[in-house]
Amino acid sequence: MANTEQSVHRKRRIVNSLMTILTAACAVFATSILLFIISYIAIQGFSSLSFQFLTDTPKPVGEGGGIGNAIVGSAMMTALAVVLGLPVGIAAGVYLAEYGKNWFGNIVRFVADTLIGIPSIIIGIFIYTLVVMPMGRQSGLAGGLALAIIMLPIVARTTEEMIRLVPNSMREGALALGAPQWRVSWNIVLPAAASGIATGAMLAIARITGETAPLLFTALNSRFYNFFYDQPMSSLTVQIYNYATGPFEVEHAMAWAATLILVGLILVINIFVRFLTRKKF
Amino acid sequence: MAQTGAIGDKIFRTILLLAAASILLIVVAIFYMMVQNSLPTLERFGIGFLTGSEWRPAQEEFGALPFIYGTLVSSLIALVLAVPISLGIAIFLVEQAPIKIARPIAFMVELLAAIPSVVYGLWGIFVLAPFIRNHLGVFLQDYLGWLPFFQGRLTGIGMLTAGIILALMITPIITAVVRDVLEAVPTTQREAALALGATKWETTTIVLGNAASGIAGAVVLGLGRAIGETMAVTMVIGNSPQISASLFEPANTIASLLAANFAEATDRIYLSALIEIGLVLFLVTFVVNALAKLLIMSVGGNSSSSKHV
Amino acid sequence: MESKISISNLDFFYGKAQALFDITLEIPERQIVAFIGPSGCGKSTFLRTLNRMNDTIPIASVTGTVMIDGEDIYKAGTDVVALRRKVGMVFQKSNPFPKSIFDNVAYGIRINGIHTSKADLAARVQKALADAALWDEVKDRLTTSAFGLSGGQQQRLCIARALAVQPEVILMDEPASALDPIATQKIEELVVELKREYTIVIVTHNMQQAARVSDKTAFFMLGKLIEYNPTQKMFTNPDEKLTEDYITGRFG
Ligand SMILES: Nc1ncnc2c1ncn2[C@@H]1O[C@H](COP(=O)(O)OP(=O)(O)OP(=O)(O)O)[C@@H](O)[C@H]1O
Ligand SMILES: [Mg+2]
Repeated sequence: MANTEQSVHRKRRIVNSLMTILTAACAVFATSILLFIISYIAIQGFSSLSFQFLTDTPKPVGEGGGIGNAIVGSAMMTALAVVLGLPVGIAAGVYLAEYGKNWFGNIVRFVADTLIGIPSIIIGIFIYTLVVMPMGRQSGLAGGLALAIIMLPIVARTTEEMIRLVPNSMREGALALGAPQWRVSWNIVLPAAASGIATGAMLAIARITGETAPLLFTALNSRFYNFFYDQPMSSLTVQIYNYATGPFEVEHAMAWAATLILVGLILVINIFVRFLTRKKF
Repeated sequence: MAQTGAIGDKIFRTILLLAAASILLIVVAIFYMMVQNSLPTLERFGIGFLTGSEWRPAQEEFGALPFIYGTLVSSLIALVLAVPISLGIAIFLVEQAPIKIARPIAFMVELLAAIPSVVYGLWGIFVLAPFIRNHLGVFLQDYLGWLPFFQGRLTGIGMLTAGIILALMITPIITAVVRDVLEAVPTTQREAALALGATKWETTTIVLGNAASGIAGAVVLGLGRAIGETMAVTMVIGNSPQISASLFEPANTIASLLAANFAEATDRIYLSALIEIGLVLFLVTFVVNALAKLLIMSVGGNSSSSKHV
Repeated sequence: MESKISISNLDFFYGKAQALFDITLEIPERQIVAFIGPSGCGKSTFLRTLNRMNDTIPIASVTGTVMIDGEDIYKAGTDVVALRRKVGMVFQKSNPFPKSIFDNVAYGIRINGIHTSKADLAARVQKALADAALWDEVKDRLTTSAFGLSGGQQQRLCIARALAVQPEVILMDEPASALDPIATQKIEELVVELKREYTIVIVTHNMQQAARVSDKTAFFMLGKLIEYNPTQKMFTNPDEKLTEDYITGRFG
């Protein structure tokens, strides 16, 4: 090897090691940020968490208060979103997987992916013009609808992907027995993909539970327990936002405690899903 | 028997078709409702709406430029910070790390994307903003203070803080897509480079060359998310409709303007102005996301954005 | 005749599955050695042990020795990058980089810093392309994408790319299996031509090809080396019954 080549060779080896270290550092950085955020939430949150906090409604500063109504509101709106968004999303996903290999399917797929990327606050505005303005007030219904729209394309696309994983031989086996296409889809393909769809749905639920922007002016907020969908409704996320941007330290402490609940729930869902899918694949 | 099957097929298929069509319908309806409800300002201000730099709702003066500026600059800061880090992580996960290490790290990076925006905002207010006020900002002013970007009052709340938070939020998204496109690069490309005596890093550059348009797609997707990200930005950017060279100054983005003001917009023209600026955001993110999707599809990365929500 | 590569008692494992059993073999300098054998018998695996390409497979492990020019390439501290430059490889499916024709060939020269000037780089690229019998076909379109070439041309481009870094050994894994007869013939002529400067190991499924181009032939089955003899003898009067059965097409 010539002399210049030897020096080039050395330089290459140094660059190589340097880049290995650098890329590893990026990974370490990102994971440390995650661990830092989560442990910070845990430390801050636990210190002001109590049973009363979980059941109380917000009170004037200094009188305690809690997030009981926010938890109920979040649960009610998420439930509404699931009831509306999940069946439609699954049906759309089945369409895309089973009948969607045409121009229409391609457009739906494309638009669904694009809809997923549209800021959720836009969905909030849409529901505001569609539901809040005609009704004359904000409501849990409006909030739930906004969440349903956010959920719909996500569920549709994961359902499609899960159904695609069902081997063709299963379909053909049933079709060969003379079963009509729809029975095959309904009785064979969907059950086979069910657990995959379920995990996808759980991730979608985790996602909408964390949404704030689309609820700000659709569901608004409420200081009381409210079990009616036609009334403004509180949610964990909007409550966190209000506490976080409030002027008082007690509010900030409550924001952290509420965050602990919210993030805890979302992490549990994610880790659970991870655990499920890991065993299967 | 065959008859009932055929009818059943038709009904089943129609139901599914309607469900699929509802997705299209929603997007069309979003567009229609937003145009309808922003007609007052659309007609009254025309293109001047986008170029005006004064935003005074009380005087019925609506110039959207400060928000467009704030959206662009904060997203740009986010990209500048997030793209190299995301590339680094993705390269580490796909090209360098043994699978046993790569798996848990990949999962942890995915978890970063699962944390809600409002939580990043909370963390931004109470952890990041003080850090910038007391450490990072001071450091930048000491060493780069001669640059116009790093002059002015240091409150910890402002453009830079928003950009950094955004960077954290889009890093997992960009990383996930880049991982997919790197994994889609055929092994034969790596082997070709290795067989010529390329080092691991040189081989990686060949892989990156193969994945270029997919990586571009990932960056554009990240841009789309940054542009539309709402709560975290609202909580740390200071919500002030000004155009300032200083990254320490408060600013505002379209999304955070909407989040902070929509609920209290009562009169028709103010509401119309907000919806119109929302329409701008809708159209921009729609185009940006569509572009990202096309770029990612072109490399055959198996990523649909549903995997990266 | 000098041995360029000598392999002794080589065992190879994918995880727990043993893919090669106790292979011992000498590869003479500036000759062509062909590896034949039924699919899955370990030809590619064996070939890839010679430039340590199997290092990229996490579960792979090797015991035994592979000496090239008297140096054990598996001993600790071996510079794999330098080894692979010395032992080039051409793959079954052509795999040009998404770059221009020129940049494909120049790639190895550039990263290794072999050239002394721009003109020298261009000259080296030209020589490599000429040696790969491709120069005349591409000299007017060097800056266009390599993907614009035909399959056979792409494969010769990959050979040129391998030649450009001046290796001493070239490993070829079924280099013509994806090509039509005319393109195959070109590659074969090229291989024979290259023997003057390089030691060549070629894996092939095509008996005639092995007979036409190689000096020696190694026959593998189920991970074992069954017979290794001059090609002439192998195809006319093999020592082993198994070899004869395989060559005459009685199985596989
Ligand atoms: N990456 C791998 N991991 C695990 N096993 C492998 C791997 N690559 C090859 N094998 C196994 O090792 C054995 C030898 O494979 P190899 O590819 O070397 O055969 P071959 O002789 O080249 O076959 P062919 O003629 O079809 O190319 C086969 O049983 C194969 O399944
Ligand atoms: Mg092979």
